[in-house]
Amino acid sequence: MTIYDVTACIRLIGAWFLSLLRGLGHMFLFLLDALVTIFRPPFKFKMLMRQIRFLGSKSMVVILLTGSFTGMVLSLQIYYTLRKFGSEALLGPAVALSIIRELGPVLSALMVTGRAGSALTAEIGIMKITEQIDALTSMALNPIRYLIVPNIVAALIVFPLLTSIFDLIGIYGGYFVGVKLLGLSAGTYFSQMETFVKMEDIRAGLYKALSFGVIVSWVCCYKGYYTGYGAEGVSKATTSAVVMSSVLILIWDYFLGTVLLK
Amino acid sequence: MIEIVNLKKRFGKQQVLTGLSLRVFNKELVAVIGQSGGGKSVLLKHLIGIIRPDEGKILIEGVDITEVGGKELDSVREKFGVVFQEGALFDSFTIHENIAFPLREKTRMGKDEIDARVAQALEDVGLKEMGGKYPAEISGGMKRRVALARALITEPKIVLFDEPTTGLDPIISSSIHKLITKTHKKYGFTGLIISHEIPEIFEVADKIAMLYNGTIIETGPPEEFRHSDNPYVQQFISGSLEGPIELL
Repeated sequence: MTIYDVTACIRLIGAWFLSLLRGLGHMFLFLLDALVTIFRPPFKFKMLMRQIRFLGSKSMVVILLTGSFTGMVLSLQIYYTLRKFGSEALLGPAVALSIIRELGPVLSALMVTGRAGSALTAEIGIMKITEQIDALTSMALNPIRYLIVPNIVAALIVFPLLTSIFDLIGIYGGYFVGVKLLGLSAGTYFSQMETFVKMEDIRAGLYKALSFGVIVSWVCCYKGYYTGYGAEGVSKATTSAVVMSSVLILIWDYFLGTVLLK
Repeated sequence: MIEIVNLKKRFGKQQVLTGLSLRVFNKELVAVIGQSGGGKSVLLKHLIGIIRPDEGKILIEGVDITEVGGKELDSVREKFGVVFQEGALFDSFTIHENIAFPLREKTRMGKDEIDARVAQALEDVGLKEMGGKYPAEISGGMKRRVALARALITEPKIVLFDEPTTGLDPIISSSIHKLITKTHKKYGFTGLIISHEIPEIFEVADKIAMLYNGTIIETGPPEEFRHSDNPYVQQFISGSLEGPIELL
C-alpha cells in the first residue's frame, strides 16, 4: 500500500464522516424548527386530533395483540425459570417489572413504528413528490406547522397512553398464563407485584415512551419530508425511516436504562 | 411587476440557470417556453422562494425576494396564486375543502362567505357539482381546473402556471387554455405560464419568452415570435430534430 492509497483512504473516511455530520445536523435543525413551531400560534387542533386518531386509535388492535401475547409468553418463560429456584411467587413482579420498565415502551414504540410510522413517511413523502408541500409554501403557510408539529405532539400524547395499555394488557396476559393455566394463586401474583413495583418504575417506562414518541415522529416525518424522487424515493424513505427509528429506539432504550434511569 | 435580473443557479455540476433576465409587466400574461429539463420549473420555484438563486435578483413589485425571508417573504407569497404541474391538490381534502383552504387559513372570512366564494369559483371553472369529491375521484383535466380555482380564490395579483396542460389530451388542453384566458380577463392578474404547448400557447399569452441554455434567448409578442429569425426559436416551434438545439 502506497502513501497515496493511505491518503485516499483517509480522505474517503473523512468525506463519509463529514457527510454523516451534515446529515445529523440537518435532522437536528429540522427537529428544532418543529419544537419551536409547537409553541407558536396558530395551533392546528383539528390536524392534531386527526393525527392522534391515526397514530393512536388505529394502533390499538396491534398494541392489544402484542401486549397480551408478550405478557403470556413472558409469564410462561419466567414461571419455569423461577420454579427451578422455588420462587414462583415472584412471577407477578417479574412480569410486571419487565413489561413496565422495558418491554411495554420498547415493543409499543416498535409496533407503532411499523404500523403508523411507515405510513406517515409515505404520506408526507407523497405530498412532497406531488408538490403538495410546495403548494403549502406558495400559500405562505408553514408546512412544518401543518404536517410535522401535529405528528410530534400527537406522538407525545399517544405513546405514553399506548404504552400504559400495553403494560396493563401484558400484566393480565401474564396473569392468565400464570394463574389460570399454571395454577399460581391470584393473590400471590398481584400482592407481590404491589410490593416490588414502585412508582419510579412506572415513571421510567412512561419517560421512555415519551422519548420514543419524539424519535419515531421526528425520524418518520424527516424521512418523508426529504424523500427522494418518485415511487422509488418514497419506498426507500419509508424503509429507511422504519429501520432508523427501530435502531434508535433500541439504542436510546439502552442509554436511558443504563445512564438516566438506573 | 415581476423583474428577474441575471438569475444563476447551479445544482451540483449542472448550471441550470446561467444569467436569466425577464420582465413581466402588470396584467401581462407571459409564457416561458423551452425544452423539458431546461430549467423552466426551477425558474418558477425561484419566483415563490422555494429555491434560492446563487446569483441575481427577483423583484416582485419592487421587493427583491432573494434578500428577504420569514414574514417578509410570506407577505410577497400572499400576492401569488400557483397552479402546479399535476395540480398539487391535497389528497385528504375534498375539492371544496381544497379550494376553501387558502381562505380558511389566510383570511377571517366566515364559513358562509367561504362556501359562497368556493361555489362561485367552482362554477367559474365548470365544476359546479364536484365540491364533495376527492382529488383521486376526478380526472387530470378536472384537477387542473380545481388547481386554477384554488389559485384564484384569494384573487392574487400574480398567478404562476407550471405546465398546466402537461399530460392532457388536446381537447382538455384547449379547454384549460380557454379557462386561463377567461380568468385572466375576469381577474386581471399578472401571469407567467411555463409551457411547451406549441402553437396553442401563442393564443393564450401576450408575450412569449424562450428559455435555452439557462437564459432567455428571445422574447416578443406571439406573432413577432412566430416569425423570429432566431434559428433556435424556429427549430423549437417547428419541433425539428435538425438545428442548433442540443437534445437534453
